[in-house]
Amino acid sequence: MPHDPNVIEVDEIRVDLRHRPLAAFLAWLLPGAGHLYQRRYAKGSLFMVCILSTWMLGFALGGGHVVYASWQPGDKRWHYLLQAGVGAAALPALVQSNRMQKFTDQRGATSPGYQPLWGGFMAPPHRPVIEDRTDEVSAWFAIHGAGYEMGTWYTMIAGLLNILVIYDAYAGPLAVPISGKRKDPEDADKGGGDKDSEPPDGPPDQ
Amino acid sequence: MSGPKWLNEESFMLSISPTYLLYYVPLIITISLVFGATRHEDTSLILKHSAHTARWITGFMGIIFAILVVVEWLI
Repeated sequence: MPHDPNVIEVDEIRVDLRHRPLAAFLAWLLPGAGHLYQRRYAKGSLFMVCILSTWMLGFALGGGHVVYASWQPGDKRWHYLLQAGVGAAALPALVQSNRMQKFTDQRGATSPGYQPLWGGFMAPPHRPVIEDRTDEVSAWFAIHGAGYEMGTWYTMIAGLLNILVIYDAYAGPLAVPISGKRKDPEDADKGGGDKDSEPPDGPPDQ
Repeated sequence: MSGPKWLNEESFMLSISPTYLLYYVPLIITISLVFGATRHEDTSLILKHSAHTARWITGFMGIIFAILVVVEWLI
């Protein structure tokens, strides 16, 4: 039987990863979509619900202002690098950032004629943003309080979790679990792992 | 707010409201399920691993919390 590198077996379940790079790209673009493409419907649905709901909950907690792209003095929004892990959901921020850049003068201030797209959805704050000064970011903090912080964390964690999902779509489950051995298809009929065993004691593989 | 002194809103660590801890619930559910599902294919094993992860993270945070409460009580 020819060895197909895209077929693995985990927990005595045969998994066809199909076109791995495409699955990984789909998993990034829409959490869970890569698994749906691989016909791993239960896991795909689980990832989609968990990650997108966390991301949207965080977005709502922050009043819709926690996801934006900006790399200006005083407002280096590194959080976006993690938030962008959820793919298409975070991409409008890049469009808004590009528009803001066009309306930013040489002094780093937003031009008076600037109007954000889509009612300000994922738009960066008006510039300049200066620490300890009253600006649009401080107004968002004042209005949403802890929700702004937690919303930022939720969206970042959702993006980070999707990195695990992308890996799972590309290469299968992250670690070889003690409950099931990943095997070559040629060895599949020689006996499997212990499907019913408990996860190992101590810290989980993270 | 009634209850033990260390749980009162005024004396709670960092003066945060205990309701702030509710933010933890959706996070631990999501993190545990995603961790479990990225390590297994079998649904029952995913759920077992998720429960294990949730217990471990909660226990770890509980221990850290207890240490901080004791430290706060000492100083």
